[in-house]
Amino acid sequence: MGRLRTIGRRTFLIGSTAVLGGVAFGTFMAARPHANPLTAGLAEGEAAFNPFVKLTSDGITLIVPHADIGQGVQSSQAALIAEELDIEVEQATLSFGEPSPAYYNTAFAEEGVPFMSFDDSTVAETMRDVAGGVLKLIAIQGTGGSTSMPDQYEKLRMAGAVARETIKAAASARTGVPVDQLKTANAAVELPDGSTIAYTDLAADAAKIAPVTKVTLRDPADWKKVGKPMMRTDTYAKSTGTQDFGIDIAMEGMVHASVRVNPRKGGPMNSFDATAAEAMRGVKSIVPVKNGVAAVADNTWRAIEAVNAIDVDWAPAPYPAEMDGHWEEVAASFTAERLDQEWRAEGDVDAAFDGAEVIAVENRAPYVAHQPLEPLNATVLVEGDCVTVWSGHQMPRFVQQQVAGIAGVEADQVTFINQFSGGSFGHRLEFEHIKQATEVAVTMPGTPVKLTYSREEDFVQDFPRQIAMSRARGVVADGQIKALSLDIACPSVMSSQMGRIGQSVPGPDMQIVAGAWNMPYDIPDLRVRGYRVPELGPISSWRSVGASHAGFFAENTLDEMIRAAGADPMEERLRLVNHPVHRKVLETVAEMSNWGEDMGPNRGRGLALVESFGVPAAEVIDVTMTDGGIKIDRVYVAADVGRVIDPVNFENQVQGGVIWALGHAINSEITYTDGMAEQTNYHAAEGMRIYQTPEVIVRGLENAEKIRGIGEPPVPPAAPALASAIFDLTGERLREMPFNKFVDFV
Amino acid sequence: MRLLVNGEEREVDVEDDMPLLWVLRDELGLKGTKYGCGIAQCGACTVHMDGVAVRSCQVAAASAAGADVVTIEGLGSPDALHAVQEAWVEHQVAQCGYCQSGQIMQAASLLETNPEPTDDDIDIVMGGNLCRCGTYPRIRAAVKTAATKLQEA
Repeated sequence: MGRLRTIGRRTFLIGSTAVLGGVAFGTFMAARPHANPLTAGLAEGEAAFNPFVKLTSDGITLIVPHADIGQGVQSSQAALIAEELDIEVEQATLSFGEPSPAYYNTAFAEEGVPFMSFDDSTVAETMRDVAGGVLKLIAIQGTGGSTSMPDQYEKLRMAGAVARETIKAAASARTGVPVDQLKTANAAVELPDGSTIAYTDLAADAAKIAPVTKVTLRDPADWKKVGKPMMRTDTYAKSTGTQDFGIDIAMEGMVHASVRVNPRKGGPMNSFDATAAEAMRGVKSIVPVKNGVAAVADNTWRAIEAVNAIDVDWAPAPYPAEMDGHWEEVAASFTAERLDQEWRAEGDVDAAFDGAEVIAVENRAPYVAHQPLEPLNATVLVEGDCVTVWSGHQMPRFVQQQVAGIAGVEADQVTFINQFSGGSFGHRLEFEHIKQATEVAVTMPGTPVKLTYSREEDFVQDFPRQIAMSRARGVVADGQIKALSLDIACPSVMSSQMGRIGQSVPGPDMQIVAGAWNMPYDIPDLRVRGYRVPELGPISSWRSVGASHAGFFAENTLDEMIRAAGADPMEERLRLVNHPVHRKVLETVAEMSNWGEDMGPNRGRGLALVESFGVPAAEVIDVTMTDGGIKIDRVYVAADVGRVIDPVNFENQVQGGVIWALGHAINSEITYTDGMAEQTNYHAAEGMRIYQTPEVIVRGLENAEKIRGIGEPPVPPAAPALASAIFDLTGERLREMPFNKFVDFV
Repeated sequence: MRLLVNGEEREVDVEDDMPLLWVLRDELGLKGTKYGCGIAQCGACTVHMDGVAVRSCQVAAASAAGADVVTIEGLGSPDALHAVQEAWVEHQVAQCGYCQSGQIMQAASLLETNPEPTDDDIDIVMGGNLCRCGTYPRIRAAVKTAATKLQEA
């Protein structure tokens, strides 16, 4: 206990909650289950075995509570339940369910405790359990941090198994056949004589008995679905234009709204004149909202046209108006006062630098916008004390709280109906659009209000990825890296994000150094420190969060040192790598890319390995110099997630993650002038288009102990692997994104 | 004004300059055509006008009158998918899926005029259709599969 207490005193975080003190109450309280939200609406003869499986005489409903933001998690969740329930996914109705503490996500704990992902010591595991217990207790229902599969992998299979065994018990009670002689397949119970009883025919019987909770999960070797190529449940709808997203909500009597708030984000609105807008066709009302104004009309286009016709006087930005001011603040933050945490301290770097020839390098990462293709939108209906919200969102229970605060009702009077999202990348962790839709809806009770952002509004209101800077020093000798000190400074994304919903975040922010502090290398003298820049403009989680800058800094710095030492990027990393799972990832990508082959003239090749969200991902990138600029030919990716749930979707996610990372690394940034983002549509910040897209060759490995998610981990290694390849090609080291400020791409 | 959409005559009462995109979505309830950027930068709103792929956010309602407009809803039917849609399903192209109506309409138009597109042809013609999820490798493969299907048909 003495050791545990020592570790516990190092404050660390899960979302907004300091787990400090969690030891005292966590384990006992966390053992108590949350109420099953499905039982409340249950009619006679209907069974809800747990929060995830409901059975009636009409059909089977599976609750898949993690938000589907394009990552295909509706399918994966359904498959996990179906695997044990012995149904085909198509035989069930799938629902995101209602917000409920029962859909708590404990997998955030993995990223919230300061231990190496592969540290399975008692202390590390105990702290993860405690953190998980606290998460269960406060019941954060959230999608993010690549946690969906870690969170649901066992829970959903267990839910399927409990349902199956309870249905079998009901069948046994009805037929007198012992349970161990019953089989299940195709949503039916099979009797020894070959006859079958459909699950739906057993609903009323099953509803009368207590769920059978003593169940054993199947051996993965017996799986029929999980781990095999699947057809995603949304593929057909998304290939025929029939998939509805939040923006497609339509209902009787609905009005359309669009909003403009101060483009100097967080600044107030001084005044507005809506005379012209009020006279426009279809305009129903003009509604002031926090820091801005909304126009309500009978059509989306008319609402957008009207809101754009309002003459507004905006107050100054509560952050530096020009980029120089932002960078100056970041550059001034490498001080003892702003030291957030020393995360890694091996050997003695200062002693190693003493009298040695020290290489010093500085790297930068800009603000970058999320900009999923479906603009932010929310539909809100206020009726008496009840509010209903339709929108795609990653944090359903926080939506309830935010809406309740504005509507003046209790959170449980807010019904939130989650929608498929046209992408997120972290954008749908924010609440402004839903709050604004609520502000409008409370002025017109009984009328559903759909608020849609114009793309321009979405761009200028995007809370981007943090800007960040690193300063590193290193010593190389005998073809090896001997010492490395890496200091990283950026504002705290956790603090900015949670601050907007009124939650304070005590303690250091691991995201400042994510992907860097945990670099899987044994360097004799190694130090990684995070420095906290006071909040500048508002920032938000951007696919892979801290690792999107810190992973770039760590690997781009390491690669520069390796090349300075005259070593081979692969061989030196293999010499330094300190864990067998990570080593295998490197060896695999070396084999896939035939590392060491002669690349021929005008070609370059680079490598990076970053661990994020517990997943080591290594990428080799090949580039060619052409008359039109640098062409990114091919990317080889090896990543270890412990268990690949669906190889098809896994490949798609990895390809998408690499393309996301490369597109922004070469093309995109958000810059401020006069306090406003200069980039207002895709022509100015487009990410990657098909003609710049490389071939992406993917291999998923399953050597790691624990199952992990793949949504984010392919992102961090891509930018440094490309910088490494470009150095190999041109001899020029790019230390700042976007790279197209320094070199031309095809 | 009268519009011909997916083979049906539709009467709408809108401003001459309302973009076809919003006529389709908000007046006719054809929500498969998506709003992404409003300035012809993303291609999510792509439809066919007299057989040619256009960005419906840039087509004024008045100039669509008299034209034969086809949206994703009119490309194939649920029982008889267009070859491009079949290929999109086979390759499981979609992630979030928001851009895919536009991608499919653009690809169908490409194959109409160029039955055997090269990689470069695909990159050039599909270059105006943005996919933030990065499904481009699958789009390339699916366009080729669709080309084969159409040639065999």
